[in-house]
Amino acid sequence: MKPITRIRSRTAVLADENVDTDRIIPARFLTTTSREGLGRHCFNDWRWLPDGSANPEFALNRPEAAGCSILVAGRNFGCGSSREHAPWALLDYGIQAVISSEIADIFRNNALKNGLLAIVLGEPVHRWLLAHPGVELGIDVVAETITLPDGREFGFWLEPFARHCLLEGVDQLGFLLQQGDLIDAFIREREGREAAIHGRTAQESRSPTTGAGT
Amino acid sequence: MNPRTLFEKVWDAHLVTRETPQTPAVLYIDLHLLHEVTSPQAFDELRARQLQLRQPDRALATLDHSTPTLPAAAGGERPYTNPAAKAQVAQLEANSVQFGVELHGWGSRQRGIVHVIGPELGATQPGMTIVCGDSHTSTHGAFGALAFGIGTTEVGHVLATQCLLQRKPKTMAITVEGRLPAGVAAKDLILAIIGRIGVAGGTGHVIEYRGEAIRALSMEERMTVCNMSIEAGARAGMIAPDQTTFAWLQGRERAPKGADWNRAVERWQQLVTDDGASFDREVVIDAGDIVPTVTYGTHPGMAIPMNAPVPAARTAVEQRALDYMQVTPGQPMQGMQVDVVFLGSCTNSRLPDLRVAAGILRGRKLAPGVRMLVVPGSEQVRVDAEAEGLDQVFRAAGAEWRLPGCSMCIAMNGDQAQPGQLVVSTSNRNFEGRQGKGARTVLASPATAAASAIAGRIADPREYLAEAIA
Repeated sequence: MKPITRIRSRTAVLADENVDTDRIIPARFLTTTSREGLGRHCFNDWRWLPDGSANPEFALNRPEAAGCSILVAGRNFGCGSSREHAPWALLDYGIQAVISSEIADIFRNNALKNGLLAIVLGEPVHRWLLAHPGVELGIDVVAETITLPDGREFGFWLEPFARHCLLEGVDQLGFLLQQGDLIDAFIREREGREAAIHGRTAQESRSPTTGAGT
Repeated sequence: MNPRTLFEKVWDAHLVTRETPQTPAVLYIDLHLLHEVTSPQAFDELRARQLQLRQPDRALATLDHSTPTLPAAAGGERPYTNPAAKAQVAQLEANSVQFGVELHGWGSRQRGIVHVIGPELGATQPGMTIVCGDSHTSTHGAFGALAFGIGTTEVGHVLATQCLLQRKPKTMAITVEGRLPAGVAAKDLILAIIGRIGVAGGTGHVIEYRGEAIRALSMEERMTVCNMSIEAGARAGMIAPDQTTFAWLQGRERAPKGADWNRAVERWQQLVTDDGASFDREVVIDAGDIVPTVTYGTHPGMAIPMNAPVPAARTAVEQRALDYMQVTPGQPMQGMQVDVVFLGSCTNSRLPDLRVAAGILRGRKLAPGVRMLVVPGSEQVRVDAEAEGLDQVFRAAGAEWRLPGCSMCIAMNGDQAQPGQLVVSTSNRNFEGRQGKGARTVLASPATAAASAIAGRIADPREYLAEAIA
């Protein structure tokens, strides 16, 4: 992943609340085994009319939305299915940051792991952004601020580890793999405990059939 | 030790390292369920990094989302909706062989919807951490497991390390007091709960369902409730295990046996929220107030009693939802004309769901023009239902009896409704286009679905249930 420190773009606004991941990428496009090329199906059934032409009613099809890489979305964006195809599709479409007053948990996790900024702002500034599509916005990941065209700044919060990974351009699996010794120790300790409970050797207890209990 | 919630007990028992301000907790995962749609890119990542599975015996895979529900042709060729779906299934078959994952594929009598087979095999057990690249993993919380959906990147993390990086979520108690009235289903209860707290009401939280009405539910009903936790925005829903849980699990293939069973039950009995433990948020619901409930809009929070008037739109988005659904404020959903009925999905495709629907359909016919698909949740459910003759009841009524899979819940295997058709569906999501482009989904219980199939209109199942009982 490339490090992300700053994004500067005009905003596109999708004011609808509760935009679910089925709307971002309909399920019939999930038969892919790749992460690539989902951008053309991003918001597919909203964006394209049955005859294949662009739906002029869809906010992102308006001329002023062209080239915008910051999406300001209504509350509870990304709810529903856990499909990571949603952030893949948005990124491939050209979106680099999603801003809302509330973003669904799984979508936010998925987005940040792919370098798609998922930013939650307070109601007043979110409302203002919804009402002013096309404003030039600066996002500073280091300072955790967004800057409006008139220079006003608003802070946001990113989970510190996700932020670290974005800034350094590193992925989280690398960090997890570095914890290998601790994970091994945890597994050995648990197998030993199970064996003690069941009066067997740890080797015999290496069965996935029992929960950890307390 | 301080009093702890059920969630905190399971969370604490799986901490490899605690969270710090800088880093999330490393959480150990007991059971990793896999299916064909959200796993291919994760296996590719392992290949790219030359990694193996940390604990292949803790992964369990099946085929359910892209799979056709119509039988194979005489030559063995399965009627996939497109070559990509077939290739995706083949990819999981190949990945399972390469990485040593147990796959319940086409040849297995244990294939089925991932959230149906986990419990059925006894792989889902109290106190476990369970994940899957599927948001309805919350289903397994019915057993007192901490179970939640993850994205494909995280699927890769679990494959490679058997762990996930997680921030500790908040807790929410939903206490359901009293008893559900006769003819009112667990599905009605969870729809009413989501209608009450909203589709983002549980965001950031793990829900624990408690109270007399929850204790009175069967395991299948508990799974229906926990399944839809994600529709309230919660990552997970949990119910403390009890005698109902233990009785359901005992004797299942992967459940502990003999003396191990007794020791396991002893430990599982500790999995309750301690007196004095506190939740970040608490909601109390009176079960006696719940009636047959359906959705009227385009998300599961737009749920009302079927005989209540559809509320007026408060926003442009709500108005668009009403327009899409072609419903009129002030009119009830009950009585609306039905085109398709879908009985299935990880919410409602288990044997008791099929039994209640068959009880209503027995000796009756679908209303003219209504198409009904019945899709059992697993091969085991299919076999059991056929042994009871339920398939014959459905077929005699005019319904289609299909092979197990997700089918029309996610509509990516070719099972779908046509634009404009109204579908009464026992699934979990009524999003715009979810069951086919332009399809209008009304979420309902299996009993409501069956009653509506006969009436040709959204119908109150209690009239039919009374007759079925009499």
